[in-house]
Amino acid sequence: MAGLALGAGSTQDDNPAAMTANDTATRDADGTPTPAAAPAGARHALVVGASSGLGAALVRQLAREGRRVAAVARRGDVLADLVRDASAEAAAAGGAVFAHTHDVRDTDAVPALFEAIVRELGGLELLVYAAGTRPAVGRTEYDTEKDLDVLAVNFGGLVAWGNQAAQLFRTQRAGTLVGISSIAGNRGRKGHPLYGASKAAMDNWLESLRNRLAGEGVHVCTIKPGYIATRLTAGLDGLFWVATPSQAAAAVLEAARARANVRYVLRRWGVVGRLLPLIPSFVFRRLEF
Amino acid sequence: MPRRPGTGGRPAGPRRSFELVEGWGMVVAAPSRVLRPRSVDEIRACYQLARHDGVPLGLRGTGNSYGDAAINARGHVLDIARMDRILRWDRETGIAELEPGVTLQRLWRRILPDGWWPRVVPGTMFPTVAGALAMNVHGKNNHVAGSFGDACLQFDIVLPSGEVRTASRDRDPDLFHAAIGGFGMLGCFSRIVLATHRVHSGKLRVEALRGRDLREVMDLMESRRATADHLVGWIDGFPDGERSGRGLVHAARYLEPGEDGEPEESLRVGYQERPTSLLGFPKADLWRLLRLLNNDPGMRLANAARYLAGCATAAQNPRLVSLAAVAFPLDHVPNWKFAYGTEPGRRGLIQFQSFLPRATAHATWLELLARCRGERLVPYLAVVKLHRQDPFWMTHAVDGFSLALDFKLTPANRARLFAHGRGLAETVIAAGGRFYFAKDLVLGPDAVARFLPPEDLQRFLALKRRLDPEGLLQTDLSRRVLGKVAAGTL
Repeated sequence: MAGLALGAGSTQDDNPAAMTANDTATRDADGTPTPAAAPAGARHALVVGASSGLGAALVRQLAREGRRVAAVARRGDVLADLVRDASAEAAAAGGAVFAHTHDVRDTDAVPALFEAIVRELGGLELLVYAAGTRPAVGRTEYDTEKDLDVLAVNFGGLVAWGNQAAQLFRTQRAGTLVGISSIAGNRGRKGHPLYGASKAAMDNWLESLRNRLAGEGVHVCTIKPGYIATRLTAGLDGLFWVATPSQAAAAVLEAARARANVRYVLRRWGVVGRLLPLIPSFVFRRLEF
Repeated sequence: MPRRPGTGGRPAGPRRSFELVEGWGMVVAAPSRVLRPRSVDEIRACYQLARHDGVPLGLRGTGNSYGDAAINARGHVLDIARMDRILRWDRETGIAELEPGVTLQRLWRRILPDGWWPRVVPGTMFPTVAGALAMNVHGKNNHVAGSFGDACLQFDIVLPSGEVRTASRDRDPDLFHAAIGGFGMLGCFSRIVLATHRVHSGKLRVEALRGRDLREVMDLMESRRATADHLVGWIDGFPDGERSGRGLVHAARYLEPGEDGEPEESLRVGYQERPTSLLGFPKADLWRLLRLLNNDPGMRLANAARYLAGCATAAQNPRLVSLAAVAFPLDHVPNWKFAYGTEPGRRGLIQFQSFLPRATAHATWLELLARCRGERLVPYLAVVKLHRQDPFWMTHAVDGFSLALDFKLTPANRARLFAHGRGLAETVIAAGGRFYFAKDLVLGPDAVARFLPPEDLQRFLALKRRLDPEGLLQTDLSRRVLGKVAAGTL
């Protein structure tokens, strides 16, 4: 089975069914299948939420490994900078980086953009959904529109991109979908109600998808970071076990390669993640974090 | 930006995705945009989308055709499976009015408790009625009940122009007889009216018989032609010499009123459902075990074991077996085809099914089996059925027999296996045989012109040109077997 080869040593695209950019012409049914006409060393990856933090680090890492990477993000200017930086490294390693400006709340646009990207890349074996938002929520703030917007970005977008990937991956019986969730999904905290709820929804949905697709050669991986030094955590006090974005990106790709189901980043957060559900409610509601 | 209020989050137009679309046998696959309409208007929208993009559109049901009938490497694919409502069911007359994407599984589950069963089903319950009609599928009762088209009373079809036309034996009979079996070349079915068969039990009375060679298998089938409602022969492709074509025949008949003391019980859907595990082993994973046997020595052993086990079963005649178990043997082990491999387009199986008149069938097949053994391309599964003719223009049905041979395809034997298939096809054509577009993957355009009566093929092509002058509806199959005729301007 043509599985995902994320190791840096991967030099051969051995999936003949993988799409190449212009390979939509009929091939004789009995023609000996030829490997996809992608550059040697290239695999195809798509990162949604690529303009900053973990997403940007993933694009850089994949580019360095010589893959053909599509970077999707809302902020076109930031994305352009990233692509400019990453492209040189990608080209040196035999890969390429493509940028697409997209707001993940615009789910109607996803099917067409997904198809355009897969054709452009020449196939797809890895999709990472790293888009996320965590706006500050006041102690007395109960704002439905704002809450549902968080849900749309963190969860709605994942469903839209994940469903497209699921259909491609299951039919090619190969592919890995990675969702960047959070340890925040493990309990309902006072501080960020919809952030936590959206991450809990991600966890449950990704697990569902993992179980649905397990028999079809497709893997779904849930990443649960603790703290990563990004915009979301900038200026916060009391942080510990903080991963740098590049550290986290390496951990994500390693987890995907190892076909991990749920992986905490850094891994020691797994201890916290498993202990959190054990804290009784009357204690948990007194905690401030 | 929150969703538009009142839209229910539903974008306008048919659902779409981008997928690797493969034939059921997994030997051919092509990436395509897949459009999933939910109404006649959305079918029209699919036509327009393809036109807008300047590409042809291939029609697809649930993709159960073995070869390239539902693949369109040069354009988009319209998947009809979302239009799956049972529009009307009359338990008095047994007439069902269906949307095209209703599967045979959904149909039998709906009608069996009322004492009815589809008149014609293939060996699997997963095809849609539209796919079954477009390919004019047959079952083990072909010699009595005819083909799927024979059970169709009327259909609506969305022509490439967008016009919806109703056709039956009396109304627009040309369209009726051309579109049934016309593998989706003339339009997309949007409503199908089927007659079904009255049953008085959810069981069949099954008799198992042993044939020591191909002659005996075929003679046994002939001998049961008048008395059996369902008749199928299985043969072991491995032995040569006197035992070539040894096998088993299963003859089954519906029960008469009163034969089943508790028909309410056997007519329950639950009674027909098969257990999901075998001796505690989940059936969903059984193919992994089968994969270990999926090689020449393993399959030689498996076929021999089946023959010997069948001989033992023959001592217990007759047995009462559920309708679903007899009708859908291909569904006994879920995903059994994965034993042939799980790499789309690279590994899989080709089924070579030939239909021959009585006079030439036996000698031709003995020759085919011998050549398979000589080439060391022995079929892992071989099935014989009895047939009768039907009135559809592009039909595969003959007054005679069919033999279906499943060959394992690997990257190493791919070219050799296709050449082998083409060689076998020549022999079959010379013997007056026909082929079935739901299975075929080896024929070329000249072959089709040589086995279909020229007048049938010519009037089909003329109708295609009239209804679809631009060649909007195409598949890999149509481009392969009809050549440029199907292509039009697209």
